[in-house]
Amino acid sequence: MRFRHWCLVGSLAFATLSPCHAQSASITLPKQVKAGSPFSIQTSGSGTAVLYIVGFGQVLRRDLQLGDTASFSAEDIHDAGHYVAVLVGQSSTDNGAFDVVPSSPPANLSFLAKPSRLPVSLHDGISGAVYVFDAYQNLITAPTPVSFQLSGASGITQTRTVETREGRAWIQMDSAAKEGAAHFAVHVGDISSTRIIQQVPGDPCALRMSARPSGQKIELQTEPLRDCSGNAVPDGTVVTFTEAYDGKQTTVDVPLKRGIAQAELPAYNGAKISAATGVVLGNEIHWGKQ
Amino acid sequence: MNKLALVICSIFAATLPLGASQPTARVESTNVQGRRDFNEQTQAAVVRGYLEAWQNMAAALQQNRPDLLDRDFVGTAKDKLTDTIHDQVTTGISTRYLDQAHNLQIVFYSPEGLSVQLVDNVEYEVQVFDRGKLQTKQKAHARYVVVMTPAEVRWRVRVLQGQLE
Repeated sequence: MRFRHWCLVGSLAFATLSPCHAQSASITLPKQVKAGSPFSIQTSGSGTAVLYIVGFGQVLRRDLQLGDTASFSAEDIHDAGHYVAVLVGQSSTDNGAFDVVPSSPPANLSFLAKPSRLPVSLHDGISGAVYVFDAYQNLITAPTPVSFQLSGASGITQTRTVETREGRAWIQMDSAAKEGAAHFAVHVGDISSTRIIQQVPGDPCALRMSARPSGQKIELQTEPLRDCSGNAVPDGTVVTFTEAYDGKQTTVDVPLKRGIAQAELPAYNGAKISAATGVVLGNEIHWGKQ
Repeated sequence: MNKLALVICSIFAATLPLGASQPTARVESTNVQGRRDFNEQTQAAVVRGYLEAWQNMAAALQQNRPDLLDRDFVGTAKDKLTDTIHDQVTTGISTRYLDQAHNLQIVFYSPEGLSVQLVDNVEYEVQVFDRGKLQTKQKAHARYVVVMTPAEVRWRVRVLQGQLE
């Protein structure tokens, strides 16, 4: 009788204690996962649980049986970042963290180029910055070689290769000596991005004019204006003709037409005539004393 | 540099609502890559924009309201956070992020002035709620790479990506 009593007490005690002996929930996480790759999380314990994976890029919730392996397909997590994983069982929880890293091949570029228009022969005048992303728009922070290319109308190409830092690379380049559209391209692996940059003539390099009589007037005409690289200065550039005589001054502003500027001023014997455009001063003519 | 960090902390404290816990923010900007002059006013605007973005992101994820992201996020960062909020709504989850310390380094200001890159070693707590019930609180320490671009009146976060320390 006493033996049966102890058996009963023992059985009840075991039945009461058995939940305490159930294995507590735990997870085994990968240290890192490549974005867009399948992975799995091993759980242990007994009973049911909920697995939460939480990050800024994605949130997942899975009901599961402890002891099972939670499998995630390639598309389940594709946003790179830091993720917290929490396994909540009926009587215990476990947690950890892992990182999702960008997938390797670059797939997208964000290319910033400036300016869209600039004078020729400008040192470090063109700048470009690029950010390199994978197919899931994750910034690829591992060092990646980037090639910048600038090819102008003359066909001369400047090429420079730099390595990304924290997913970005940048460069500064000189504009070409010859005017025209330049192709500013960045290449990373098999992908590239191009911007068109218009290179325009710079300021006139020199200004030379001639004069001839035309009745009571003097007809003035410049030689075709060119910048220091030999590019024709664009029409519309203003040339200022100034005539000084007897303490008075007459000024005429004339835009270039077909590369030259023409003006008529009163013909005073002894007048001093000059021309200027921008910061360039032309030759001086002393009328009647030549 | 210290003066700048102090100024930024003061500016940020002034923008927080009463009763909100204030994260500490330390800023280093001694070795900024890029050729453009990076004056203190721009630095302060960038850091203020970033710290405010964290506050609004936390509110958006807690309340599951993607509209709260509009002011501070743009492009990829906004798209991803919006998707996360939709995931949360679908699964009945909400998350509460409490940023406690930011250790910011400004690493790049692009020559054309259209982007700034920061690295933030941030300490935060994340709380996970399932159908309103708190499931867990976790402390986290992560390194974030951030790209910000200028908008009409403020700098907005375009990339916010955690990575291995």
